[in-house]
Amino acid sequence: MSVFLAKRFLTFVATLLGASIVVFLVLEILPGDPSMTLLGADADEEAYAALRLKLGLDEPAVLRYFDWMWGMMQGDFGISYAYSVPVMELVWGAMALTVPLAIFAMLITIVVALGLGVFAASRHNKPGDYVVMAFSQLGIAVPNFWFGILLILFFAVNLGWFKAGGFVQWEDGVWLAVKSLFLPAIALATVQAAILARTTRSAVLETFREDYVRTARAKGLTRSQTLWRHVLRNALIPVITVMGLQFANLLAGTIVIESVFSLPGLGKLVFQGIANRDMPVVKDIVLLLAGMVIVVNFVVDVTYAVIDPRLKVHDV
Amino acid sequence: MALLEVKNLDVTLATSRGPARAVRNLSFDLDRGQTLGIVGESGCGKSMTALALLGLLPENGVTTGSISLGGQDLLALDEDAMCGVRGNRISMIFQEPMTSLNPLHTIGRQVTEPMLIHQGMTRDEARAEAVRLLERVGIASARQRLDNYPHQLSGGQRQRVMIAMALSCKPDVLIADEPTTALDVTIQGQILDLIADLVSESGMALILISHDLGVIAETVDRVLVMYGGAGVETGPTASLFQHLAHPYTQGLFAAVPKLGSGGKGKSRTRLSTIPGLVPELADLPPGCTFADRCDLADDKCAGTMPTVHDVANDAGHRVACLKPDDAKSRMATSEAGA
Ligand SMILES: Nc1ncnc2c1ncn2[C@@H]1O[C@H](COP(=O)(O)OP(=O)(O)OP(=O)(O)O)[C@@H](O)[C@H]1O
Ligand SMILES: [Mg+2]
Repeated sequence: MSVFLAKRFLTFVATLLGASIVVFLVLEILPGDPSMTLLGADADEEAYAALRLKLGLDEPAVLRYFDWMWGMMQGDFGISYAYSVPVMELVWGAMALTVPLAIFAMLITIVVALGLGVFAASRHNKPGDYVVMAFSQLGIAVPNFWFGILLILFFAVNLGWFKAGGFVQWEDGVWLAVKSLFLPAIALATVQAAILARTTRSAVLETFREDYVRTARAKGLTRSQTLWRHVLRNALIPVITVMGLQFANLLAGTIVIESVFSLPGLGKLVFQGIANRDMPVVKDIVLLLAGMVIVVNFVVDVTYAVIDPRLKVHDV
Repeated sequence: MALLEVKNLDVTLATSRGPARAVRNLSFDLDRGQTLGIVGESGCGKSMTALALLGLLPENGVTTGSISLGGQDLLALDEDAMCGVRGNRISMIFQEPMTSLNPLHTIGRQVTEPMLIHQGMTRDEARAEAVRLLERVGIASARQRLDNYPHQLSGGQRQRVMIAMALSCKPDVLIADEPTTALDVTIQGQILDLIADLVSESGMALILISHDLGVIAETVDRVLVMYGGAGVETGPTASLFQHLAHPYTQGLFAAVPKLGSGGKGKSRTRLSTIPGLVPELADLPPGCTFADRCDLADDKCAGTMPTVHDVANDAGHRVACLKPDDAKSRMATSEAGA
C-alpha cells in the first residue's frame, strides 16, 4: 500500500510539473502585454517599462518559470497584478464557492444518473426506458449556459423561488449559501447526468448478459435481488471511469456557469484574470484546477481497486 | 409418476427471421437416482431445454407443453414461485467455470447464497455448510478458500465451486450443461467422477448435457439424442450404443472414434461425418428435422412428422423415424463389414 501511495505521489508530482510547463508556455505565447492592460493604451513608454521591471517581466522566461515554481513550493502564490493582493487570498475566497458548487453538481449528477440509468435498464425496451432515453438525449443537446438562463427565467424571475444570481457567503447562513448554489448546480449537472445515465444504463444492460448473472438467477435470486447483489457493483466500473472524466468537465463548466449566475468563484476569477492579463492569477488557478483533476483521477483509481478484487492496489 | 416429467416441450424464440423452434415436441421423464444424457450437435437445443426447465429462457423465448416436478406443473408457476424452485429443487452447472462465478464476490459469499435465500440459514450456519460442501467436492483448505475470489482459483477448482453451489440446497434434479468442455482433459475425468459420485450418494436425478459421447457412455444410464430441437432417439445407454437406431445417431457415432460399448476392441477412427451443415432453425422442415441431411430420407420425410417405434425388445428404447427398418438393415451391414 505504501509503495502504491509513493508511486502515486511521484506520478502526481510529475503530472503537476508537466501541467505547470504547459500552462506557463501557453500564457507566454498568449498575445497581450500585462503592463499595457494595467496602465491602459495611452500611458507613456517609460511608465510601461517601469512597470515591466517592477513585475519582473523583463527577465528571461526560464527564470520567471523557476521563480514561479520556487514560490509555489514555499506556499507563495504571488501577487495579483490587477488587485495587488496575494493570489492566495483571491483563490481561497473563490474556492469556497467553486469547490462546493462542483461537489454539489457532481452529487446531483450521480444520484440522478444512477437512478435513471438503473431504472431505464430495468425497463429495457419498455416505455419507461424510452422516456428516460429521450430526456437524456435532450439533456445532452442543451447547452448548459442556455439551460442556466432558462432556470433563472423560470424559477427566479417567474416563480421567485430563488435569487437570479449572486452568492450568499457561508457566514451568512449555510442554507442560504446552498440555496444560492442550487440553480447553478442543476445547470451544471444536467448534461453530465444525461451522459452518465446513458453510461449507467448500458453498463447495467451489459452486465445483465454476463454468465455469472445467469448463475445468480439459476440459484433462485429474483431479478431485483440479482440487480442489487450481482449487477450494480460490476456495472459501476465503467460508470466510475466516466464520472472521473466528468469531474474535469464540471470544473470547466463552472467558468461559464459562474458568469451566467454572477458567482464570484474560480471560474469567474480565471475568466477575469485572462481578460486583465493577470498572469499570476491565471497561472495559479489553472495549475490548481489541473491538480484537482489529478486528485480526482487518483480517487477513481483507488475506487477501482476497492471495487474489483482482481486489481491489486499496486497494479493501478 | 416420475420425479420429472417433460411432455411435448416446445421452445419458440422470436427472431428477426420469425419464430424459431429451438425445442420441438420433446418428452422425457426422469426418476430419483436416474441419470439422463442429452447429446447432439451444437445448436440442437440442449441448453435451451435446460434453461426451459429452470424458466430462464432468453427474453424472446416462449415455452409450451408441460414440465412437472414431483407432480407440480412448473410452467404454471409464477416468477416468484420459480425462484423458489431454482437452485433449491433444480440446480444447474454451466459450461464456463471461468465466467460463471461473480468476480467481485468471495467464494464463500457465492456458495452460501442459495442456502441463505432458500433455507433461511444464518450466515454462520451457511458458512459451516459451505466448508463441508467445498471439502466434499475436493477443494483443499476449504475454510481459507471461502475468503478467496474466483480469480484466485483454477478452472477445475471453480467448476468444483459451481458444483458445491449447485448442491448446497440438496436439489432433486441437477442439470450439468457441458460441465467439462472448458476444462483440461486430465481434470475432465475427475469432475465427471465427482458428479457421478455425488449423484449416487444423494439420490438426486441428473441431466448431463454433452456432445462428447465418451462422457455420456461413462456417466449416464439413459441417453436422449437431439437434432434440430427434436428428440430423435432415446433409450438405455447400452442399448442405444448397440443399436444406433436413428440415421442421425448413426451419423453422430460414425463421426467420432467408436467407444468401448459392445467390446469390439479395435476403435474405429473418423470414418465419415454427417454430410451437410446444421440448418438454421427457421429453415428446418416441418416433418423430420434431419430429413435434409439424411441419406435414407425420401420425399415424405421432410413433410411428415416421424412416427415413434420401439427398438428391439429394450424397454424404453424408442426412435422417431419413418424408416427405422432401413436404418436397422444399414446398421447390420456396417456391423458385418467391420
Ligand atoms: N437468444 C436467442 N435468440 C434466438 N435464437 C437463439 C437464442 N439463443 C440461442 N438460439 C438458437 O437456439 C438454438 C439452440 O441453442 P442451444 O444453446 O440450446 O444449443 P446447444 O444444443 O446447447 O448447443 P451447444 O452445444 O453449442 O451449446 C441454436 O440454433 C441457437 O442459434
Ligand atoms: Mg449449449
